[in-house]
Amino acid sequence: MTENGDRMIDEGGPVAPAADAITGVLEPYEVFRQEKDGDPMRHGGNVMAPDAELALHYAREMFGRRGESIRLWVVRRADIAVLEDLDLLQPPLDRSFKKPGGYVMRDKLAAARERAGTAKPKARE
Amino acid sequence: MTDPRALDPILAPRDRTDRPDGADRTARPWNDDLPHDERYELFEVHVLAGGKIEPNDWMPDEYRTAVLRFVEMHANSELMGVLPEREWIMRAPTLRRKLALTAKVQDEVGHAQLLYRVAEDLGKPREAMFDDLLAGKTKFHNVFHYPTRTWADIGIIAWLVDAAAIVAQQALRDSSYGPYARTMQKICWEESVHIMHGRDVVVTLMTGTDSQRAMVQEALDRWWGPLMQMHGPRSDRTKDRDLHWRIKAKTSEELRQEFLTIYVPRILELGLTIPDPALSFDKATGEGGEAGEPGEWRYTDPDWAELRTVVTNHGPMSEERLEFRRVSREATAWVRAAILAEPRAVA
Ligand SMILES: [Fe+2]
Ligand SMILES: [Fe+2]
Repeated sequence: MTENGDRMIDEGGPVAPAADAITGVLEPYEVFRQEKDGDPMRHGGNVMAPDAELALHYAREMFGRRGESIRLWVVRRADIAVLEDLDLLQPPLDRSFKKPGGYVMRDKLAAARERAGTAKPKARE
Repeated sequence: MTDPRALDPILAPRDRTDRPDGADRTARPWNDDLPHDERYELFEVHVLAGGKIEPNDWMPDEYRTAVLRFVEMHANSELMGVLPEREWIMRAPTLRRKLALTAKVQDEVGHAQLLYRVAEDLGKPREAMFDDLLAGKTKFHNVFHYPTRTWADIGIIAWLVDAAAIVAQQALRDSSYGPYARTMQKICWEESVHIMHGRDVVVTLMTGTDSQRAMVQEALDRWWGPLMQMHGPRSDRTKDRDLHWRIKAKTSEELRQEFLTIYVPRILELGLTIPDPALSFDKATGEGGEAGEPGEWRYTDPDWAELRTVVTNHGPMSEERLEFRRVSREATAWVRAAILAEPRAVA
């Protein structure tokens, strides 16, 4: 008994399984959570678990116990295919034609108006 | 067939670093073929420029060790920090207080879980961290080595110990080690509830009877010393490697000044007396105030000998708390074994 008069576990509790029955291993599972309907799934963190079922239990405890999530995904980290090669993701190539900012036509537009003999339309009130 | 990329116009070299949206921060300029010194140098440039490090990145052993030591001590503190509080769950004065305290204890154990995960990914198994904690090879925060004598201690801990901790933790949300920074964002969000709970306990007692008010004052008198020691002695910014690598962002003195700036007025407004006659705000010196405004808190030098004694597990409750952890670890070993066992092996 401690000074506080309580003891965590009484004697004669459950017995650990035999050593040769312990075949599982803990593995990291990545947890993604959705905060409210329509939100993207965001990475929340990870938990260690021997299987997906227990990973879900842990994930609920760690990432949902305040009601801060409406959906959780758990994925075994080893099952995630990763691409982080910046030569492929951000190649040093001119991709400006894929972006609205890649089309600068102010001067050309002025020239076109001049050819057509028109004026710049007034901004609407 | 022609590689489609071969048809793209190649940017001139001077434009290549000009990646959109500050994406250069995600670039990993070092690669495996570089000699160690060159890689180390590129790593430093990246980190000093505000870049983040992720678990799979190459990192110097010194950096890995420094982050691991820092996070492990933090995890240990969350884990051991619940023991003083759990002693009061059964004695909390109302059902609502009992629920709040239980939830806080669960949160803190949850913080330990999150932080041990960060540390595990840096290469140290959780069981090894528990071994070291119990063997006294790793440490936990000074404030968790003291007894909790009254219900007012629970209020002061949840309010001021958590506040002192959150000042430090908020500065860690921008840590160079990505998983730690992200974990701190979640933790800080939960900590803010703890502070409100603690402050509510203290404020409620301060509206109570004379003996309840005296109980709070006595608790503050007991905790003020450890609170002032908690962030550690002043250190030389230029020699602190954790600061250099942006594992943490602020010196111990900056944290203490910030804590005093926010909490001294809130303590005084309740009619409490801070047990340090030397405590005063000196407007003429330093940069202690918020947003670097001039001014600095003066205070009696904390008892650093006490801090050293306590964190090396010679505090008033060090042995008992570690023993409790030892007993509970043994008592729950069967659970850890059972979840790894074949289903039929569990009776
Ligand atoms: Fe915490
Ligand atoms: Fe807390």
